[in-house]
Amino acid sequence: MRAVFSPTVLAGILLWLLLGPLASPAVAQVETLTGAQAEAAALTQSIGEAPAEYSIANNLWIVIATALVFLMHLGFACLETGLTRAKNTVNILFKNVAIVGIGILTYAFIGFALMYPGGEFAGQWFGFGGFGIAPPADYDPLTYADGAYTYWTEFLFQGMFAATAATIVSGAVAERVKLGPFLAFSAVYVALVYPMVGMWHWGGGWLAERGFHDFAGSTLVHSVGGWGALAGVLALGPRIGKYVMGGDGKTIVRPIMGHSMPLAAIGVFLLWFGWFGFNGGSVLSADPEKISYVLVTTTLAAAAGIFGAMFTSWIVQKEPDLSMVLNGILAGLVGITAGADVVGVMDAVVIGAVAGTAVVFAVVGLDRARIDDPVGAISVHLVCGIWGTLAVGLFAADKSFLTQLLGVGAVGAACLPTALIIFFVLKHTVGIRVSRTDELRGLDLSEHGMEAYTGFQIFTVQ
Amino acid sequence: MHLIIAYIRPEKLSDVKKALIKNEVFKMSITNALGAGDEQVYHERYRGADVEIDLLKRVRLEIAVNESFIQRAVDSILEGGVTGQDGDGKIFVLPMTQCYRIRTGNKGPHAIG
Repeated sequence: MRAVFSPTVLAGILLWLLLGPLASPAVAQVETLTGAQAEAAALTQSIGEAPAEYSIANNLWIVIATALVFLMHLGFACLETGLTRAKNTVNILFKNVAIVGIGILTYAFIGFALMYPGGEFAGQWFGFGGFGIAPPADYDPLTYADGAYTYWTEFLFQGMFAATAATIVSGAVAERVKLGPFLAFSAVYVALVYPMVGMWHWGGGWLAERGFHDFAGSTLVHSVGGWGALAGVLALGPRIGKYVMGGDGKTIVRPIMGHSMPLAAIGVFLLWFGWFGFNGGSVLSADPEKISYVLVTTTLAAAAGIFGAMFTSWIVQKEPDLSMVLNGILAGLVGITAGADVVGVMDAVVIGAVAGTAVVFAVVGLDRARIDDPVGAISVHLVCGIWGTLAVGLFAADKSFLTQLLGVGAVGAACLPTALIIFFVLKHTVGIRVSRTDELRGLDLSEHGMEAYTGFQIFTVQ
Repeated sequence: MHLIIAYIRPEKLSDVKKALIKNEVFKMSITNALGAGDEQVYHERYRGADVEIDLLKRVRLEIAVNESFIQRAVDSILEGGVTGQDGDGKIFVLPMTQCYRIRTGNKGPHAIG
Protein backbone atom coordinates (compact mmCIF):
# COMPACT_ATOMS: atom_id res chain seq x y z
CA MET A 1 0.00 0.00 0.00
CA ARG A 2 2.94 2.33 0.48
CA ALA A 3 3.28 2.10 -3.29
CA VAL A 4 0.20 4.29 -3.55
CA PHE A 5 2.18 7.36 -2.62
CA SER A 6 5.52 6.26 -3.95
CA PRO A 7 7.68 9.07 -5.36
CA THR A 8 7.69 7.46 -8.81
CA VAL A 9 3.93 7.43 -9.06
CA LEU A 10 3.59 10.98 -7.79
CA ALA A 11 6.24 12.18 -10.21
CA GLY A 12 4.36 10.49 -13.02
CA ILE A 13 1.18 12.27 -12.06
CA LEU A 14 2.91 15.65 -11.86
CA LEU A 15 4.41 15.08 -15.31
CA TRP A 16 0.97 14.31 -16.67
CA LEU A 17 -0.52 17.45 -15.16
CA LEU A 18 2.29 19.62 -16.51
CA LEU A 19 2.34 18.06 -19.95
CA GLY A 20 -1.33 18.67 -20.46
CA PRO A 21 -1.38 22.44 -20.95
CA LEU A 22 2.02 22.33 -22.64
CA ALA A 23 0.96 19.66 -25.11
CA SER A 24 -1.53 21.84 -26.96
CA PRO A 25 0.80 24.54 -28.33
CA ALA A 26 3.50 21.94 -28.86
CA VAL A 27 1.42 19.94 -31.30
CA ALA A 28 1.12 22.13 -34.37
CA GLN A 29 -1.40 19.92 -36.12
CA VAL A 30 -3.83 20.40 -33.25
CA GLU A 31 -3.55 24.17 -33.67
CA THR A 32 -4.52 24.10 -37.34
CA LEU A 33 -7.25 21.56 -36.70
CA THR A 34 -8.69 23.78 -33.97
CA GLY A 35 -8.56 26.72 -36.34
CA ALA A 36 -10.41 24.76 -38.98
CA GLN A 37 -12.90 23.60 -36.38
CA ALA A 38 -13.51 27.17 -35.31
CA GLU A 39 -14.22 28.13 -38.91
CA ALA A 40 -16.53 25.20 -39.36
CA ALA A 41 -18.24 26.01 -36.09
CA ALA A 42 -18.80 29.57 -37.21
CA LEU A 43 -20.25 28.40 -40.51
CA THR A 44 -22.50 25.85 -38.90
CA GLN A 45 -23.43 28.27 -36.13
CA SER A 46 -26.33 29.39 -38.21
CA ILE A 47 -27.78 25.90 -38.54
CA GLY A 48 -28.40 25.49 -34.85
CA GLU A 49 -30.05 28.86 -34.54
CA ALA A 50 -32.18 28.90 -37.67
CA PRO A 51 -35.83 28.38 -36.86
CA ALA A 52 -38.35 26.21 -38.67
CA GLU A 53 -36.15 24.55 -41.31
CA TYR A 54 -33.81 23.00 -38.76
CA SER A 55 -35.97 23.02 -35.65
CA ILE A 56 -37.36 19.60 -36.48
CA ALA A 57 -33.87 18.14 -36.78
CA ASN A 58 -32.71 19.96 -33.64
CA ASN A 59 -35.62 18.73 -31.57
CA LEU A 60 -35.33 15.20 -32.91
CA TRP A 61 -31.73 14.92 -31.84
CA ILE A 62 -32.47 16.23 -28.33
CA VAL A 63 -35.34 13.77 -27.97
CA ILE A 64 -33.05 10.90 -28.95
CA ALA A 65 -30.47 12.23 -26.50
CA THR A 66 -33.16 12.25 -23.81
CA ALA A 67 -33.75 8.56 -24.34
CA LEU A 68 -30.01 7.92 -24.19
CA VAL A 69 -29.68 9.77 -20.89
CA PHE A 70 -32.65 7.80 -19.59
CA LEU A 71 -30.80 4.62 -20.47
CA MET A 72 -28.13 5.62 -17.95
CA HIS A 73 -30.52 4.54 -15.21
CA LEU A 74 -30.24 1.02 -16.54
CA GLY A 75 -26.49 1.48 -16.48
CA PHE A 76 -26.50 2.64 -12.87
CA ALA A 77 -28.80 -0.21 -11.87
CA CYS A 78 -26.50 -2.82 -13.40
CA LEU A 79 -23.30 -1.24 -12.10
CA GLU A 80 -24.52 -0.80 -8.54
CA THR A 81 -25.98 -4.31 -8.49
CA GLY A 82 -22.77 -5.82 -9.75
CA LEU A 83 -20.55 -4.06 -7.23
CA THR A 84 -22.61 -4.90 -4.13
CA ARG A 85 -23.55 -8.14 -2.45
CA ALA A 86 -26.30 -10.40 -3.76
CA LYS A 87 -28.26 -10.14 -0.54
CA ASN A 88 -28.88 -6.43 -1.17
CA THR A 89 -29.72 -6.60 -4.86
CA VAL A 90 -33.49 -6.11 -4.61
CA ASN A 91 -32.92 -3.07 -2.41
CA ILE A 92 -30.45 -1.49 -4.81
CA LEU A 93 -32.72 -2.05 -7.78
CA PHE A 94 -35.67 -0.69 -5.84
CA LYS A 95 -33.80 2.49 -5.03
CA ASN A 96 -32.73 2.93 -8.63
CA VAL A 97 -36.26 2.46 -9.90
CA ALA A 98 -37.81 4.76 -7.31
CA ILE A 99 -35.33 7.54 -8.01
CA VAL A 100 -36.33 7.75 -11.66
CA GLY A 101 -39.87 8.44 -10.53
CA ILE A 102 -38.84 10.89 -7.85
CA GLY A 103 -36.53 12.75 -10.20
CA ILE A 104 -38.99 13.19 -13.03
CA LEU A 105 -42.05 13.94 -10.92
CA THR A 106 -40.38 16.51 -8.69
CA TYR A 107 -38.80 18.11 -11.73
CA ALA A 108 -42.22 18.45 -13.32
CA PHE A 109 -43.77 19.80 -10.16
CA ILE A 110 -41.10 22.23 -9.02
CA GLY A 111 -37.58 21.46 -10.24
CA PHE A 112 -37.81 22.71 -13.82
CA ALA A 113 -39.26 26.02 -12.69
CA LEU A 114 -36.51 26.45 -10.08
CA MET A 115 -33.74 25.61 -12.54
CA TYR A 116 -35.02 27.66 -15.47
CA PRO A 117 -37.08 30.39 -13.85
CA GLY A 118 -36.96 32.70 -16.80
CA GLY A 119 -35.05 35.69 -18.09
CA GLU A 120 -36.24 38.05 -15.35
CA PHE A 121 -33.98 36.24 -12.85
CA ALA A 122 -30.82 36.59 -14.92
CA GLY A 123 -27.68 36.96 -12.81
CA GLN A 124 -29.39 36.14 -9.54
CA TRP A 125 -29.04 33.44 -6.88
CA PHE A 126 -32.63 32.25 -6.87
CA GLY A 127 -35.60 32.27 -9.18
CA PHE A 128 -38.89 30.46 -9.51
CA GLY A 129 -41.16 30.20 -12.52
CA GLY A 130 -44.22 28.75 -10.84
CA PHE A 131 -45.31 25.21 -10.02
CA GLY A 132 -45.90 22.65 -12.73
CA ILE A 133 -44.93 22.61 -16.37
CA ALA A 134 -46.67 24.62 -19.03
CA PRO A 135 -45.30 26.41 -22.07
CA PRO A 136 -45.32 30.22 -22.10
CA ALA A 137 -48.29 32.17 -23.38
CA ASP A 138 -46.88 32.99 -26.81
CA TYR A 139 -45.55 29.49 -27.38
CA ASP A 140 -44.60 28.37 -30.86
CA PRO A 141 -42.92 24.95 -30.78
CA LEU A 142 -40.81 25.58 -33.85
CA THR A 143 -39.37 28.91 -32.75
CA TYR A 144 -39.13 28.29 -29.01
CA ALA A 145 -35.48 28.61 -27.92
CA ASP A 146 -34.53 29.81 -31.42
CA GLY A 147 -35.72 26.55 -32.92
CA ALA A 148 -33.42 24.40 -30.81
CA TYR A 149 -36.11 22.35 -29.09
CA THR A 150 -39.71 22.50 -27.96
CA TYR A 151 -40.66 23.43 -24.41
CA TRP A 152 -41.56 19.82 -23.70
CA THR A 153 -38.26 18.52 -24.99
CA GLU A 154 -36.42 21.02 -22.86
CA PHE A 155 -38.31 19.89 -19.77
CA LEU A 156 -37.82 16.17 -20.38
CA PHE A 157 -34.18 16.38 -21.41
CA GLN A 158 -33.28 18.44 -18.36
CA GLY A 159 -35.49 16.22 -16.22
CA MET A 160 -33.38 13.22 -17.18
CA PHE A 161 -30.30 15.07 -15.96
CA ALA A 162 -32.00 15.72 -12.63
CA ALA A 163 -32.83 12.05 -12.20
CA THR A 164 -29.20 11.19 -13.04
CA ALA A 165 -27.89 13.48 -10.31
CA ALA A 166 -30.26 11.89 -7.80
CA THR A 167 -29.23 8.34 -8.56
CA ILE A 168 -25.55 8.98 -7.93
CA VAL A 169 -26.18 9.00 -4.19
CA SER A 170 -27.83 5.56 -4.13
CA GLY A 171 -24.61 3.72 -4.90
CA ALA A 172 -22.59 5.33 -2.12
CA VAL A 173 -25.15 4.69 0.63
CA ALA A 174 -25.88 1.17 -0.54
CA GLU A 175 -26.17 -1.89 1.71
CA ARG A 176 -26.92 -0.01 4.92
CA VAL A 177 -29.29 2.90 4.37
CA LYS A 178 -32.94 2.63 5.30
CA LEU A 179 -35.14 2.81 2.24
CA GLY A 180 -37.73 5.34 3.45
CA PRO A 181 -35.32 8.01 4.73
CA PHE A 182 -33.20 7.58 1.61
CA LEU A 183 -36.18 8.25 -0.64
CA ALA A 184 -37.07 11.25 1.51
CA PHE A 185 -33.54 12.62 1.18
CA SER A 186 -33.57 12.06 -2.57
CA ALA A 187 -36.89 13.83 -2.97
CA VAL A 188 -35.72 16.93 -1.11
CA TYR A 189 -32.28 16.96 -2.70
CA VAL A 190 -33.41 16.59 -6.31
CA ALA A 191 -36.50 18.75 -5.91
CA LEU A 192 -34.78 21.70 -4.27
CA VAL A 193 -31.00 21.57 -4.05
CA TYR A 194 -30.19 20.33 -7.54
CA PRO A 195 -32.33 22.83 -9.48
CA MET A 196 -31.49 25.80 -7.28
CA VAL A 197 -27.78 25.20 -7.75
CA GLY A 198 -28.24 24.42 -11.43
CA MET A 199 -30.02 27.69 -11.97
CA TRP A 200 -26.82 29.54 -11.02
CA HIS A 201 -25.29 28.55 -14.37
CA TRP A 202 -27.72 26.89 -16.76
CA GLY A 203 -30.70 28.92 -15.59
CA GLY A 204 -28.89 32.16 -16.32
CA GLY A 205 -27.90 32.89 -12.73
CA TRP A 206 -24.87 34.58 -11.19
CA LEU A 207 -22.32 31.94 -12.17
CA ALA A 208 -23.28 32.25 -15.82
CA GLU A 209 -22.64 35.98 -15.67
CA ARG A 210 -19.16 35.34 -14.26
CA GLY A 211 -18.19 33.24 -17.27
CA PHE A 212 -18.27 29.87 -15.52
CA HIS A 213 -18.34 27.00 -18.00
CA ASP A 214 -19.91 23.63 -17.36
CA PHE A 215 -20.95 22.17 -20.68
CA ALA A 216 -22.96 19.13 -19.64
CA GLY A 217 -22.69 19.10 -15.87
CA SER A 218 -19.41 17.93 -14.32
CA THR A 219 -20.22 20.31 -11.51
CA LEU A 220 -23.95 20.89 -11.80
CA VAL A 221 -24.89 17.22 -12.09
CA HIS A 222 -21.99 14.99 -11.10
CA SER A 223 -20.48 16.94 -8.26
CA VAL A 224 -23.95 17.77 -6.90
CA GLY A 225 -24.63 14.05 -6.79
CA GLY A 226 -21.14 13.47 -5.41
CA TRP A 227 -21.54 15.93 -2.54
CA GLY A 228 -24.84 14.24 -1.66
CA ALA A 229 -23.12 10.88 -1.76
CA LEU A 230 -20.32 12.12 0.49
CA ALA A 231 -22.82 13.54 2.97
CA GLY A 232 -24.71 10.26 3.04
CA VAL A 233 -21.61 8.18 3.60
CA LEU A 234 -20.41 10.47 6.39
CA ALA A 235 -23.80 10.39 8.10
CA LEU A 236 -24.22 6.63 7.76
CA GLY A 237 -20.81 5.29 8.56
CA PRO A 238 -19.13 2.31 6.93
CA ARG A 239 -20.65 -1.11 6.38
CA ILE A 240 -20.19 -3.66 9.16
CA GLY A 241 -16.87 -5.40 8.81
CA LYS A 242 -15.44 -3.10 6.13
CA TYR A 243 -12.81 -1.44 8.31
CA VAL A 244 -10.94 -3.16 11.09
CA MET A 245 -8.40 -1.64 13.46
CA GLY A 246 -5.06 -3.29 12.87
CA GLY A 247 -2.63 -4.13 15.60
CA ASP A 248 -0.46 -1.09 14.84
CA GLY A 249 -3.41 1.30 14.94
CA LYS A 250 -3.71 1.48 11.16
CA THR A 251 -6.98 0.79 9.43
CA ILE A 252 -7.20 -2.57 7.72
CA VAL A 253 -9.56 -2.49 4.78
CA ARG A 254 -11.45 -5.75 4.36
CA PRO A 255 -12.85 -5.65 0.85
CA ILE A 256 -16.51 -6.45 0.46
CA MET A 257 -16.54 -7.79 -3.07
CA GLY A 258 -19.27 -7.20 -5.57
CA HIS A 259 -21.20 -10.26 -6.61
CA SER A 260 -21.35 -9.82 -10.37
CA MET A 261 -18.55 -8.37 -12.47
CA PRO A 262 -20.49 -9.06 -15.69
CA LEU A 263 -23.36 -6.88 -14.51
CA ALA A 264 -20.94 -4.15 -13.47
CA ALA A 265 -19.25 -4.17 -16.88
CA ILE A 266 -22.59 -4.17 -18.69
CA GLY A 267 -23.64 -1.24 -16.51
CA VAL A 268 -20.59 0.82 -17.38
CA PHE A 269 -20.97 0.19 -21.11
CA LEU A 270 -24.61 1.24 -20.86
CA LEU A 271 -23.57 4.41 -19.04
CA TRP A 272 -20.99 5.15 -21.74
CA PHE A 273 -23.68 4.60 -24.35
CA GLY A 274 -25.98 6.98 -22.50
CA TRP A 275 -23.21 9.59 -22.40
CA PHE A 276 -23.57 9.98 -26.17
CA GLY A 277 -26.84 11.62 -25.29
CA PHE A 278 -25.63 13.25 -22.09
CA ASN A 279 -22.88 15.21 -23.85
CA GLY A 280 -24.16 15.02 -27.41
CA GLY A 281 -27.54 16.35 -26.40
CA SER A 282 -26.07 19.13 -24.27
CA VAL A 283 -25.10 20.85 -27.53
CA LEU A 284 -28.81 21.72 -27.49
CA SER A 285 -29.15 21.67 -31.24
CA ALA A 286 -28.50 19.34 -34.18
CA ASP A 287 -25.40 21.31 -35.18
CA PRO A 288 -23.34 18.65 -36.96
CA GLU A 289 -19.92 20.04 -36.13
CA LYS A 290 -20.65 20.72 -32.47
CA ILE A 291 -22.25 17.35 -31.83
CA SER A 292 -19.63 15.32 -33.63
CA TYR A 293 -16.78 17.23 -32.01
CA VAL A 294 -18.25 16.82 -28.54
CA LEU A 295 -18.74 13.10 -29.09
CA VAL A 296 -15.12 12.75 -30.19
CA THR A 297 -13.74 14.49 -27.09
CA THR A 298 -16.12 12.50 -24.91
CA THR A 299 -15.15 9.15 -26.40
CA LEU A 300 -11.44 9.94 -26.32
CA ALA A 301 -11.64 10.92 -22.68
CA ALA A 302 -13.43 7.69 -21.79
CA ALA A 303 -10.84 5.64 -23.64
CA ALA A 304 -8.04 7.55 -21.94
CA GLY A 305 -9.76 6.98 -18.62
CA ILE A 306 -9.44 3.24 -19.19
CA PHE A 307 -5.69 3.51 -19.53
CA GLY A 308 -5.25 5.99 -16.72
CA ALA A 309 -7.02 3.61 -14.36
CA MET A 310 -5.43 0.53 -15.84
CA PHE A 311 -1.83 1.67 -15.47
CA THR A 312 -2.45 3.16 -12.05
CA SER A 313 -4.13 0.05 -10.67
CA TRP A 314 -1.51 -2.16 -12.31
CA ILE A 315 1.26 -0.27 -10.55
CA VAL A 316 -0.49 0.32 -7.25
CA GLN A 317 -2.25 -3.04 -6.87
CA LYS A 318 0.28 -5.10 -8.86
CA GLU A 319 -2.58 -6.41 -11.00
CA PRO A 320 -4.99 -4.70 -13.38
CA ASP A 321 -8.31 -4.42 -11.56
CA LEU A 322 -11.48 -4.62 -13.66
CA SER A 323 -13.62 -2.65 -11.24
CA MET A 324 -11.02 0.15 -11.19
CA VAL A 325 -10.89 0.23 -14.98
CA LEU A 326 -14.67 0.39 -15.13
CA ASN A 327 -14.55 3.30 -12.70
CA GLY A 328 -11.83 4.77 -14.92
CA ILE A 329 -14.16 4.87 -17.91
CA LEU A 330 -16.73 6.75 -15.89
CA ALA A 331 -14.04 9.01 -14.46
CA GLY A 332 -12.93 10.00 -17.94
CA LEU A 333 -16.51 10.63 -18.99
CA VAL A 334 -17.29 12.74 -15.93
CA GLY A 335 -14.03 14.61 -16.37
CA ILE A 336 -14.71 15.63 -19.96
CA THR A 337 -18.34 16.52 -19.31
CA ALA A 338 -17.53 20.09 -18.25
CA GLY A 339 -15.45 21.02 -21.27
CA ALA A 340 -16.21 18.61 -24.11
CA ASP A 341 -17.10 21.51 -26.35
CA VAL A 342 -14.18 23.83 -25.60
CA VAL A 343 -11.09 21.71 -25.02
CA GLY A 344 -8.83 20.36 -27.71
CA VAL A 345 -8.59 16.76 -28.82
CA MET A 346 -5.29 16.05 -27.09
CA ASP A 347 -6.58 17.90 -24.03
CA ALA A 348 -9.50 15.49 -23.87
CA VAL A 349 -7.12 12.55 -23.80
CA VAL A 350 -5.11 14.12 -21.00
CA ILE A 351 -8.21 15.01 -19.01
CA GLY A 352 -9.51 11.47 -19.31
CA ALA A 353 -6.18 9.91 -18.39
CA VAL A 354 -5.75 12.12 -15.34
CA ALA A 355 -9.32 11.38 -14.27
CA GLY A 356 -8.70 7.66 -14.60
CA THR A 357 -5.58 7.98 -12.48
CA ALA A 358 -7.28 10.20 -9.92
CA VAL A 359 -10.17 7.81 -9.43
CA VAL A 360 -7.86 4.96 -8.40
CA PHE A 361 -6.13 7.15 -5.83
CA ALA A 362 -9.47 8.50 -4.65
CA VAL A 363 -10.88 5.02 -4.06
CA VAL A 364 -7.82 3.95 -2.10
CA GLY A 365 -7.62 7.26 -0.25
CA LEU A 366 -11.26 7.21 0.80
CA ASP A 367 -10.82 3.71 2.19
CA ARG A 368 -7.77 4.91 4.13
CA ALA A 369 -9.97 7.64 5.62
CA ARG A 370 -12.62 5.06 6.54
CA ILE A 371 -15.12 6.56 4.10
CA ASP A 372 -16.96 3.51 2.76
CA ASP A 373 -18.20 3.97 -0.80
CA PRO A 374 -19.24 0.57 -2.21
CA VAL A 375 -19.33 1.61 -5.87
CA GLY A 376 -16.85 4.48 -5.99
CA ALA A 377 -19.53 7.10 -6.57
CA ILE A 378 -17.67 9.79 -4.65
CA SER A 379 -14.39 9.02 -6.41
CA VAL A 380 -15.95 9.09 -9.86
CA HIS A 381 -18.55 11.82 -9.63
CA LEU A 382 -17.25 14.21 -6.99
CA VAL A 383 -13.48 14.00 -7.44
CA CYS A 384 -13.54 13.74 -11.23
CA GLY A 385 -16.41 16.19 -11.52
CA ILE A 386 -14.25 18.77 -9.73
CA TRP A 387 -11.23 17.84 -11.88
CA GLY A 388 -13.24 18.12 -15.09
CA THR A 389 -14.53 21.55 -14.15
CA LEU A 390 -11.11 22.86 -13.19
CA ALA A 391 -9.59 21.31 -16.32
CA VAL A 392 -11.73 23.64 -18.41
CA GLY A 393 -9.86 26.51 -16.80
CA LEU A 394 -6.52 24.82 -17.48
CA PHE A 395 -7.06 23.77 -21.09
CA ALA A 396 -9.70 25.94 -22.72
CA ALA A 397 -8.48 29.12 -24.35
CA ASP A 398 -10.72 31.81 -22.89
CA LYS A 399 -11.81 30.19 -19.64
CA SER A 400 -10.57 31.29 -16.26
CA PHE A 401 -9.31 28.70 -13.80
CA LEU A 402 -10.30 30.91 -10.91
CA THR A 403 -13.86 31.25 -12.17
CA GLN A 404 -14.06 27.50 -12.51
CA LEU A 405 -12.72 27.16 -8.97
CA LEU A 406 -15.30 29.68 -7.78
CA GLY A 407 -18.09 27.61 -9.30
CA VAL A 408 -16.78 24.37 -7.85
CA GLY A 409 -16.46 25.95 -4.42
CA ALA A 410 -19.84 27.64 -4.49
CA VAL A 411 -21.64 24.46 -5.50
CA GLY A 412 -19.78 22.51 -2.85
CA ALA A 413 -20.53 25.09 -0.20
CA ALA A 414 -24.20 24.88 -1.08
CA CYS A 415 -24.57 21.14 -1.54
CA LEU A 416 -22.46 19.48 1.14
CA PRO A 417 -23.80 21.31 4.21
CA THR A 418 -27.38 21.09 2.90
CA ALA A 419 -27.12 17.38 2.24
CA LEU A 420 -25.51 16.83 5.63
CA ILE A 421 -28.31 18.74 7.32
CA ILE A 422 -30.98 16.69 5.56
CA PHE A 423 -29.26 13.46 6.50
CA PHE A 424 -28.68 14.45 10.10
CA VAL A 425 -32.27 15.59 10.56
CA LEU A 426 -33.42 12.23 9.21
CA LYS A 427 -30.83 10.45 11.34
CA HIS A 428 -32.07 11.99 14.56
CA THR A 429 -35.76 11.66 13.79
CA VAL A 430 -36.42 8.36 12.01
CA GLY A 431 -32.89 6.99 11.74
CA ILE A 432 -31.13 6.37 8.44
CA ARG A 433 -29.30 3.11 9.03
CA VAL A 434 -30.74 -0.39 9.26
CA SER A 435 -30.10 -2.47 12.38
CA ARG A 436 -27.06 -4.71 12.63
CA THR A 437 -29.14 -7.85 12.25
CA ASP A 438 -30.86 -6.49 9.18
CA GLU A 439 -27.61 -5.44 7.60
CA LEU A 440 -26.08 -8.88 8.11
CA ARG A 441 -29.18 -10.67 6.92
CA GLY A 442 -29.35 -8.51 3.84
CA LEU A 443 -31.63 -5.62 2.98
CA ASP A 444 -33.53 -7.72 0.47
CA LEU A 445 -35.01 -9.73 3.29
CA SER A 446 -35.20 -7.05 5.95
CA GLU A 447 -36.54 -4.17 3.85
CA HIS A 448 -38.40 -5.99 1.10
CA GLY A 449 -39.09 -9.51 2.30
CA MET A 450 -37.89 -11.01 -0.94
CA GLU A 451 -34.70 -12.34 -2.44
CA ALA A 452 -33.09 -11.42 -5.73
CA TYR A 453 -31.86 -14.90 -6.57
CA THR A 454 -34.49 -17.24 -5.16
CA GLY A 455 -33.62 -20.87 -5.67
CA PHE A 456 -30.01 -20.05 -6.49
CA GLN A 457 -27.63 -20.41 -3.60
CA ILE A 458 -25.04 -17.69 -3.54
CA PHE A 459 -22.25 -18.32 -1.08
CA THR A 460 -22.64 -15.61 1.54
CA VAL A 461 -20.17 -15.23 4.34
CA GLN A 462 -20.17 -11.46 4.74
CA MET B 1 -9.71 -39.87 15.15
CA HIS B 2 -12.90 -37.87 14.95
CA LEU B 3 -14.84 -35.83 12.45
CA ILE B 4 -16.41 -32.58 13.63
CA ILE B 5 -19.37 -31.35 11.58
CA ALA B 6 -20.64 -27.91 12.51
CA TYR B 7 -23.46 -25.78 11.10
CA ILE B 8 -22.97 -22.09 11.75
CA ARG B 9 -24.36 -18.75 10.62
CA PRO B 10 -22.76 -17.62 7.34
CA GLU B 11 -21.81 -14.22 8.75
CA LYS B 12 -20.00 -15.85 11.68
CA LEU B 13 -17.63 -17.82 9.50
CA SER B 14 -14.78 -15.33 9.72
CA ASP B 15 -15.05 -15.22 13.52
CA VAL B 16 -15.05 -19.01 13.72
CA LYS B 17 -12.05 -19.27 11.39
CA LYS B 18 -10.16 -16.74 13.44
CA ALA B 19 -10.84 -18.68 16.62
CA LEU B 20 -9.85 -21.99 15.02
CA ILE B 21 -6.60 -20.59 13.70
CA LYS B 22 -5.84 -19.11 17.12
CA ASN B 23 -6.15 -22.64 18.51
CA GLU B 24 -3.92 -24.04 15.77
CA VAL B 25 -6.66 -25.79 13.82
CA PHE B 26 -5.86 -24.88 10.23
CA LYS B 27 -7.45 -27.55 8.07
CA MET B 28 -11.16 -27.44 7.37
CA SER B 29 -13.73 -27.82 4.65
CA ILE B 30 -16.61 -25.36 4.12
CA THR B 31 -19.82 -25.81 2.18
CA ASN B 32 -23.04 -23.93 1.66
CA ALA B 33 -26.06 -25.46 3.32
CA LEU B 34 -29.74 -24.85 3.95
CA GLY B 35 -31.07 -25.89 7.31
CA ALA B 36 -33.99 -25.94 9.69
CA GLY B 37 -33.35 -25.69 13.40
CA ASP B 38 -34.44 -23.66 16.40
CA GLU B 39 -34.73 -20.48 14.46
CA GLN B 40 -38.23 -19.34 13.59
CA VAL B 41 -39.55 -19.83 10.15
CA TYR B 42 -39.65 -16.46 8.40
CA HIS B 43 -41.81 -15.05 5.70
CA GLU B 44 -41.02 -13.55 2.35
CA ARG B 45 -43.49 -11.89 0.05
CA TYR B 46 -43.64 -12.21 -3.69
CA ARG B 47 -46.06 -10.27 -5.86
CA GLY B 48 -48.79 -10.18 -3.24
CA ALA B 49 -48.48 -13.69 -1.91
CA ASP B 50 -46.87 -14.87 1.32
CA VAL B 51 -44.03 -17.38 1.21
CA GLU B 52 -42.92 -19.40 4.22
CA ILE B 53 -39.19 -20.03 4.30
CA ASP B 54 -38.25 -22.84 6.63
CA LEU B 55 -34.84 -23.74 5.21
CA LEU B 56 -32.36 -21.06 6.15
CA LYS B 57 -28.87 -20.30 4.87
CA ARG B 58 -26.15 -21.93 6.89
CA VAL B 59 -22.49 -22.77 6.43
CA ARG B 60 -21.25 -26.29 7.13
CA LEU B 61 -17.74 -26.93 8.47
CA GLU B 62 -16.05 -30.28 8.43
CA ILE B 63 -12.87 -30.72 10.45
CA ALA B 64 -11.06 -34.01 10.94
CA VAL B 65 -9.20 -34.05 14.27
CA ASN B 66 -7.12 -36.27 16.45
CA GLU B 67 -8.19 -36.93 20.05
CA SER B 68 -6.04 -34.12 21.45
CA PHE B 69 -7.59 -31.48 19.20
CA ILE B 70 -11.29 -32.24 19.67
CA GLN B 71 -11.89 -29.91 22.58
CA ARG B 72 -9.85 -27.09 21.06
CA ALA B 73 -11.74 -27.21 17.82
CA VAL B 74 -15.14 -27.44 19.49
CA ASP B 75 -14.34 -24.55 21.84
CA SER B 76 -13.22 -22.38 18.92
CA ILE B 77 -16.41 -23.00 17.02
CA LEU B 78 -18.49 -22.34 20.12
CA GLU B 79 -16.62 -19.14 20.78
CA GLY B 80 -16.68 -17.82 17.21
CA GLY B 81 -20.17 -18.92 16.22
CA VAL B 82 -22.26 -17.78 19.16
CA THR B 83 -24.57 -14.79 18.98
CA GLY B 84 -27.06 -15.78 21.66
CA GLN B 85 -29.99 -15.90 19.24
CA ASP B 86 -31.93 -18.93 18.05
CA GLY B 87 -30.27 -20.37 14.97
CA ASP B 88 -26.63 -20.21 16.04
CA GLY B 89 -26.21 -23.81 14.88
CA LYS B 90 -24.97 -27.18 16.09
CA ILE B 91 -21.71 -29.12 16.38
CA PHE B 92 -21.63 -32.87 15.83
CA VAL B 93 -18.64 -34.96 16.87
CA LEU B 94 -18.42 -38.28 15.08
CA PRO B 95 -15.94 -41.10 15.53
CA MET B 96 -13.89 -41.67 12.39
CA THR B 97 -12.65 -45.08 11.31
CA GLN B 98 -9.82 -44.13 9.00
CA CYS B 99 -8.21 -41.17 7.31
CA TYR B 100 -5.98 -41.18 4.18
CA ARG B 101 -3.81 -38.53 2.65
CA ILE B 102 -4.28 -38.79 -1.08
CA ARG B 103 -0.90 -37.35 -2.09
CA THR B 104 1.14 -39.98 -0.23
CA GLY B 105 -1.35 -42.72 0.46
CA ASN B 106 -0.56 -42.56 4.20
CA LYS B 107 -3.28 -43.36 6.66
CA GLY B 108 -4.00 -42.98 10.34
CA PRO B 109 -3.70 -40.11 12.84
CA HIS B 110 -0.64 -38.71 11.08
CA ALA B 111 -2.62 -38.24 7.89
CA ILE B 112 -5.04 -35.88 9.66
CA GLY B 113 -2.76 -33.05 10.74
